[in-house]
Amino acid sequence: MKNMTSNLLRCASLAAALVLAASAQAGSITVKGSDTLVVLAQKWAETYMSKHPDTKIQVTGGGTGTGLAALQNKSTDLCNASRKIKPTEQATSIKAFGKRPTEYKVCLDGLSVYVSADNPVKELTVAQIADIFNGKTTNWKQVGGPDARITVYSRENSSGTYEFFKEHVLSGKDFAASAQTMPGTAAVLQAVAKDKHGIGYGGAAYGAGAKSLKIKKDDASPGVEPTEENVIKGTYPIWRYLYIYVNPALDKGDIANYLNWLRGDEGQKVVKDVGYFPLPKEFRK
Amino acid sequence: MTATDAKANRLDFRSRGFDFASFAFTGITGLATLFILAILAIIIANIVWHGWGTFSWRFLTGSADQDMFDVNKAGVLPMVIGTALRVLVMTIVVVPVGVITAVYLTEYAHSTALTTRVIRGAVNNLAGVPSIVFGLFGLGFFISFIGRGLDGGAAEPLWGKPAIVWASLTLSVMTLPLVIVATEESLRAITPGLREASLALGATKLETIIKIVLPEALPGILTGGILAVGRAGGEVAPILFTGAAYYMRDLPHSLTDQFMDLGYHVFILSTQSPDIEKTRPILFATVLALLLLTLSLNLVAVIVRARVRKRMRASH
Amino acid sequence: MGIHRGHQARPLEWLAEKFIFLVSLTAILMVFLIFVFVAREALPLVLGQMNSAAARPVIAAKEMDKLKPEELRTYLGLTATEFKQLDKEALQALMEVREEEAKEAPKDKDATLNTTEWRYLFQPHQWSDSRPEDRYVWQPIGRIHKYNLVPLIIGSLKTTAVALLFSVPLALAAALYVSQLASPTMKEWLKPAIELLSGVPSVVLGFFALMVLASFLQGAFGYQSRLNAFVAGIALGLAVIPVVFSIAEDALTSVPRAYTQAALALGASKWQAAWQIVLPAAAPGVFAAVVLGFGRAIGETMVVLMASGNASIMSFSLFDSTRSITATIAAELAEAVFGGHHYRILFLIGAMLFVVTFLTNLAGDLIMHRLKGRLEGKAK
Repeated sequence: MKNMTSNLLRCASLAAALVLAASAQAGSITVKGSDTLVVLAQKWAETYMSKHPDTKIQVTGGGTGTGLAALQNKSTDLCNASRKIKPTEQATSIKAFGKRPTEYKVCLDGLSVYVSADNPVKELTVAQIADIFNGKTTNWKQVGGPDARITVYSRENSSGTYEFFKEHVLSGKDFAASAQTMPGTAAVLQAVAKDKHGIGYGGAAYGAGAKSLKIKKDDASPGVEPTEENVIKGTYPIWRYLYIYVNPALDKGDIANYLNWLRGDEGQKVVKDVGYFPLPKEFRK
Repeated sequence: MTATDAKANRLDFRSRGFDFASFAFTGITGLATLFILAILAIIIANIVWHGWGTFSWRFLTGSADQDMFDVNKAGVLPMVIGTALRVLVMTIVVVPVGVITAVYLTEYAHSTALTTRVIRGAVNNLAGVPSIVFGLFGLGFFISFIGRGLDGGAAEPLWGKPAIVWASLTLSVMTLPLVIVATEESLRAITPGLREASLALGATKLETIIKIVLPEALPGILTGGILAVGRAGGEVAPILFTGAAYYMRDLPHSLTDQFMDLGYHVFILSTQSPDIEKTRPILFATVLALLLLTLSLNLVAVIVRARVRKRMRASH
Repeated sequence: MGIHRGHQARPLEWLAEKFIFLVSLTAILMVFLIFVFVAREALPLVLGQMNSAAARPVIAAKEMDKLKPEELRTYLGLTATEFKQLDKEALQALMEVREEEAKEAPKDKDATLNTTEWRYLFQPHQWSDSRPEDRYVWQPIGRIHKYNLVPLIIGSLKTTAVALLFSVPLALAAALYVSQLASPTMKEWLKPAIELLSGVPSVVLGFFALMVLASFLQGAFGYQSRLNAFVAGIALGLAVIPVVFSIAEDALTSVPRAYTQAALALGASKWQAAWQIVLPAAAPGVFAAVVLGFGRAIGETMVVLMASGNASIMSFSLFDSTRSITATIAAELAEAVFGGHHYRILFLIGAMLFVVTFLTNLAGDLIMHRLKGRLEGKAK
């Protein structure tokens, strides 16, 4: 096996070297990271490449953690992140290339809270939502709905969406242990659509299948829908930035151009098409 | 009454008219068999029923670079190619190693020796290692240890990242037992007379194995290879961390690229699709493609194996 | 079997034989490597070298110059070579990151705990930021990293139990029918047909459970959570059936025909021969089939990941959703910080899983070996 493996490796590396030599032309950018951002990153890459045919961009997902690890061992140029980089990851980056990665905010994502279309409840305050998700409120009756137990659907704890919701809506408290965790926003939506007494959350870019609630900041304020206008105005309370991280040493030439482009008007138009929300003017390029 | 009498009584089988117990026993076990087959039929029928509408030549040969979540544009060609590639590389590695191990076990080893027993134990054990542990192993051994080692601190890692080659090697470790067991079975089915005749004519042992035994055992080796491909083709857990990509625009160029995969795509479509209702047809069609691949391979393996077994019974 | 010759005159033959022998050791090597390399990633954790405390003592970045190089190195947790390679600017940045981390750290009393210690992994603990009823908590992401493995172990056992309760009776009954009662022609069709079930990939079973089975079973039984241990267990059972069936059928078939013929000659009906003679004779093999089925069920990943609901609840109810060890690894590893404590915990539970399946396989193997020996011995 060892013999075989090393022989195989030798052949493979020869083949790979040939291919690499052929494809190592200037202007090749690799993007890796959050699966939340992979569809958007792909659209960006396509649009950009159609205008700059000499630049080649390759996009893969795998997760924010995977992307940051790849950034550190230099197997990717850009890292898509659905959460902020953590101190330990910053420390590893510094060890790897002497500096912190540069952070770019690239778009906004409003998080919707979904319930079944049959559910009479139309709006909730942020505090009520927090109580439902951390397990204090267990019956729809307590928030003006029918007398039925609430089923809570959450995301995998590895997802950026989960962390964001936990920090900003639950103020850092744990989710109820009984919360079912779904491996993707689509799974949450599907579950809520099929469960009359379910409640879940997820990116606003997803949407169909269930009803998204109006959210009230507190008892006195009006319920706000997660529309682009409301998210950008800041009246919709649950939203987040999505990020791209880059090794500062590489942030020049093609890569810098690309980053500027996607934070400019053209790039932000793509954001809208995919279903996220564009950056407010002051963050644009 | 002595103990022998008691035993004789217990084994007293005189017929007592209509044998209700026999009827019930046959009925229950027969129903259980039927039930299992019915579930299998339901699964297949359900997938074919829902997937057939979208399953077309365009779907099979279409690329995913337009929009992999759009029913009218999405195709599965990159996933089919990715899956085929990783399985191909795996076969190239696992078949020789598996066949040689089987040859050792049947032709050379003393069946009572400790080494033989340990090898057999290891083979059986390998068959039972959870698939996710293979994924961890691939990440820890192939990528972090061998891959990083090959890179040797190079500025841009070539090997130390998920890639087709690592996914394939991980899968080849996983499917090794399948190949060994299938090959061994067919080696044993060959009559000893054939080997003896060859030796008596002056052939050496190695010549006998290469020119007589292995060609005779070819159907069995084939079965093993096909079973391995069928099993590996549908496995997702071992490739999660070793090479599967969520999305890639281009097809992989070299063995150090990542790849899209049919099985992993089924997982993505059923859990991460932006609109589960709209992508449902793609999902079912992708499942159908995957199922066609693995089931047809298994079917072929089953047929070849049945032949081998028939011949084995005939020769003994 | 095999051909044995007294001398090894030809060097090529000798070489080939040695080569074949060496290659055949691959399987042993691989089992060994799997354990070593999965355990290796978990080792720092086992040795107590990891610290997951959210709040650590901090030194202001301004005071970097006051520290001796050696103090600075230990404070930043760098190895000697790393320390040499980093310039002053980088060290400064590391100090700043540490300071920022401390600023964000929670003020809870539990924030200074190293939650990767054994007692937090297996024993209940009243966390300062959890509700009093949650004492076994798996919440690896958050201000305090809680790594209690008990809910995951219970989750794995729950789905496995359902899978075995569902699949073993079915598979054994089918094995009895196919091996003892069916006509030879029927047998030739039935056996491959059932074994075809193993050709359905686990991701397809998971998909089927998620899309079709879950709704069907919820409609039939009317429980609250659509995805739960019960649904996952049934789907898992479908993956286990071919395993148990194949091995049990083999064991039953390997009982010498003479046993059955003798019983039939004494006037037994077919079922009596099967139930009272063949089944007891093959009992160890049947037991081994169940043991190996257990190994398959507890290690299966995709089915559980997709169909169990993945909530890490401490509950023994089969109709609560549940989180298994395998699904946890599959779902969390990609997002965990590489080489961090979460990453290592996931490798640790992977290594634990390997040990469990290793032991069950070994047991199943030994039992089968004994059975084969006994039957062959008696048959002669």
